[in-house]
Amino acid sequence: MARGIKDKVVILGAGCSKFGERWECEPADLMAEAFEECIADAGIEKNQIEAAWQATGIDSFSVGPGAMPLSMALRLPYIPVTRLENYCASGTEAFRAATYAVASGACDIALAMGFEKLKDTGYGGLPQRSRGVSNDMYYPNLSAPGMFAQLAAGYRAKYGTSKEDLKQAMAHVSVKSHANGAKNPKAHLQRAITEEQALNAAMIADPIGLFDCCGVSDGAACAIVTTPEMARSLGKKDLISVKALQLCASNGEEGGFDNWDGSYVATTRIAAKRAYEEAGVTKPRKEISMTEVHDCFSVTEMVTMEDLFLSEDGGAVKDVLDGVYDADGEVPCQIDGGLKCFGHPIGASGLRMLYEMYLQLGGRAGDRQLSDPKLGLTHNLGGFPHQNVVSVAIIGQYGV
Amino acid sequence: MVGITAYGAYLPRLRLQKKVIADANGWFDSGLIGLGKGEKAMCNWDEDAITMATEAYADCMGRETGQAPAALFLASTTLPFADRQHSVIVAEALNLETADLRTMDVTSSQRASTSALLSALDIAGAGKGEAVVVAAEHRLTRCASREEMLFGDGAAAVSVGAENVIAELVCSFTQATDMIDHYRAEGEDFDYGWEERWVRDVGYMGILRRAVESLLSKTEVDAADIKHFILPTDQARAPAMVAKRLGIADSAVADNLLQSVGSTGAAQPLLLLTHRLEQAEPGDLILLTGFGQGCDTLLFRTTDAIANKKPLSGVSGHLARGVAEENYNKYQSFNDLLDKELGKRADTDKTAFLSAMYRNRGLVNSFVGGKCSACDTVQMPKHNYCVNPECGAFQTQEDHPMSGVKGRVATWTADRLTFDFNPPAYFGLVKFEGGGRIMMDMTEVDPDNFDIGTEVSVHFRIKQIDSQRGFRKYFWKAVPAA
Repeated sequence: MARGIKDKVVILGAGCSKFGERWECEPADLMAEAFEECIADAGIEKNQIEAAWQATGIDSFSVGPGAMPLSMALRLPYIPVTRLENYCASGTEAFRAATYAVASGACDIALAMGFEKLKDTGYGGLPQRSRGVSNDMYYPNLSAPGMFAQLAAGYRAKYGTSKEDLKQAMAHVSVKSHANGAKNPKAHLQRAITEEQALNAAMIADPIGLFDCCGVSDGAACAIVTTPEMARSLGKKDLISVKALQLCASNGEEGGFDNWDGSYVATTRIAAKRAYEEAGVTKPRKEISMTEVHDCFSVTEMVTMEDLFLSEDGGAVKDVLDGVYDADGEVPCQIDGGLKCFGHPIGASGLRMLYEMYLQLGGRAGDRQLSDPKLGLTHNLGGFPHQNVVSVAIIGQYGV
Repeated sequence: MVGITAYGAYLPRLRLQKKVIADANGWFDSGLIGLGKGEKAMCNWDEDAITMATEAYADCMGRETGQAPAALFLASTTLPFADRQHSVIVAEALNLETADLRTMDVTSSQRASTSALLSALDIAGAGKGEAVVVAAEHRLTRCASREEMLFGDGAAAVSVGAENVIAELVCSFTQATDMIDHYRAEGEDFDYGWEERWVRDVGYMGILRRAVESLLSKTEVDAADIKHFILPTDQARAPAMVAKRLGIADSAVADNLLQSVGSTGAAQPLLLLTHRLEQAEPGDLILLTGFGQGCDTLLFRTTDAIANKKPLSGVSGHLARGVAEENYNKYQSFNDLLDKELGKRADTDKTAFLSAMYRNRGLVNSFVGGKCSACDTVQMPKHNYCVNPECGAFQTQEDHPMSGVKGRVATWTADRLTFDFNPPAYFGLVKFEGGGRIMMDMTEVDPDNFDIGTEVSVHFRIKQIDSQRGFRKYFWKAVPAA
């Protein structure tokens, strides 16, 4: 393996808009809100940014194609700006592009911005969209919860878990995230819920009920990255650096070949292994302080705990119910409230997760602050359980 | 010897209880209350003449792909396109050998299927091989009409040839007469009909009776020797009256299945023929009529071979597997008879990309996957590279038809968020016997008898309807084994 990205790039600043039904906001307003926080945190001028990447998942529903939306929203100084789309990993992809640009030496300071304006559709849930001219001819008639509900069936089939036990663990996942989100002023949903509410909510796609689904929100998040040397020269101390940045895209084997049973996400496992190797992590459950994972649906988060090798295979139900991933547990998950409470403005989510890890590692997470976190892991999963794109990022204190 | 070599049928699983129609509309027309007995076969939202025709052919001829009949004729007056040959869609869905296959849609009359059958018999008689006639009808009726009570949906198929004949054609006679018992104008959904008594007296007792007499006069056959008399109509008592006048025994009069299926229009002659063939014994005389702008009459005599030739399910099998539907609104919704709020999720662009459809027709029309010639791995869809990670060979995929292969549900959900005409939308990963799997839609799911491991077969169904452009897309769906 190449030497990897570990400690070559640090986060100079990060920002995140309030997420929610931002009826009054244009995408440009959301971007400006996140960016003003970010650049103030970075302590630089706008004209010091040398390149930028813009992540948007569904261009037709927000701003149209190309990179002008970001460049124009912030009046960036005629620098290279590139639009990136890679399903739900888009935000982390923008961060990866900016990080690699800095690591390569092509530029010293780069911006990654992710945003999405989902609430201009006139209906709840994610916007309807084409899967591609040919794919639409045979892909099933699906919604996002419908696709991820497949994981529950696959998991039950593999481990013989009862529907009731699985649903109980799923409910715990959501109750925990709502409790965390209630402490976060930037979250869309800031209300705690009970397990009873989660268990009895309207069914969306068996066994996923309303409270097993993440919200649907508008939002933007961003980060400015640079080299450790540049950060130091700008007067920064206690640097937060990138330890690993991995991406894995399905090649169709999971859905098309008989070696995948539907109980896990193969790409997450591959990306996680690579990320741990890149970051030098050998005992993830001991070494990873906290995670922000792609909890588009509660069952996705539960399965992801196994796919990140934090729970043993077949052990996530018990670990979840034992509180391992609660705020006061062994490896807190979604300490900011997760997609569950922030919703999932697609391009923004990866950067929103990194923003929280960055705050936590810097001891700036307010009421949510965990004690002395060392490594934070973020995870995005875009597409379907059987064919998808997964990103895994690990950040931590520089040089530690 | 030329005659029938195989037969089969298809009825939609849903059976609308006629009482619910009477309950809904009896206040308006009390005459409907007396008709509110029994049930009628109704298409699910994803069934039409094409999908039913495909099933009826399979019931008659089996699901083996690569069959090479000389001709495939499709008879129907409810075909979804005015200009697109439906028999070709059916041929591709059945994965027939399409080189040198003669296809034709026969339409515009209730006797379309008997006329198609006569042409098919001519082909077989000319020594050109086996010809298959499929008839299917998805009948639309006005709310609170008599037709709504009497019409049903269904399909049947009959194969004719010169070898392995189970019912030899003795004789035929056709009278062409423009008597308009009813008509349906171009672009109209519904029939406009004339008084039943006039149709009975002038049509059945007149034109049809005289046609039968002309037919019998060409033979030595005595009307009293006829064992099966098929007069397709929505009039319950007409067949017995005509039979009596002709001297045909009352016991020979075929049940028109009005209380179980309904009158299936152009499909009714072959559906009733199939039903009688299921019961016929060697040496039986069968008189088949088809009425509409005149009359077709065909006389068959069964052979010893009939005892050993059965359809997969037949009319009896399909009658037995019905599921009672008591929701009249669902019937109206499935048939697009209501201006119903479908929600914004239904309001998406459904353009059919015809060039891409043509490229993908192996998968879309015929459910053909790929099998690697290097490692035998089966995959859906077919791909340039083998999906087996141990193999990965390039361009080794050979066409591998999967339409007759059984599968099992590996994962599933019932999706209430996505738009579906019959929510919840069931879909999931299906693993096929012998390898291959695909994430696909499921239909006709009984939630109480369905989970991981349920056996399924795949069927050609409507996938999406583009009402804006008058198009409908088809694909395959998994149906749990009954």
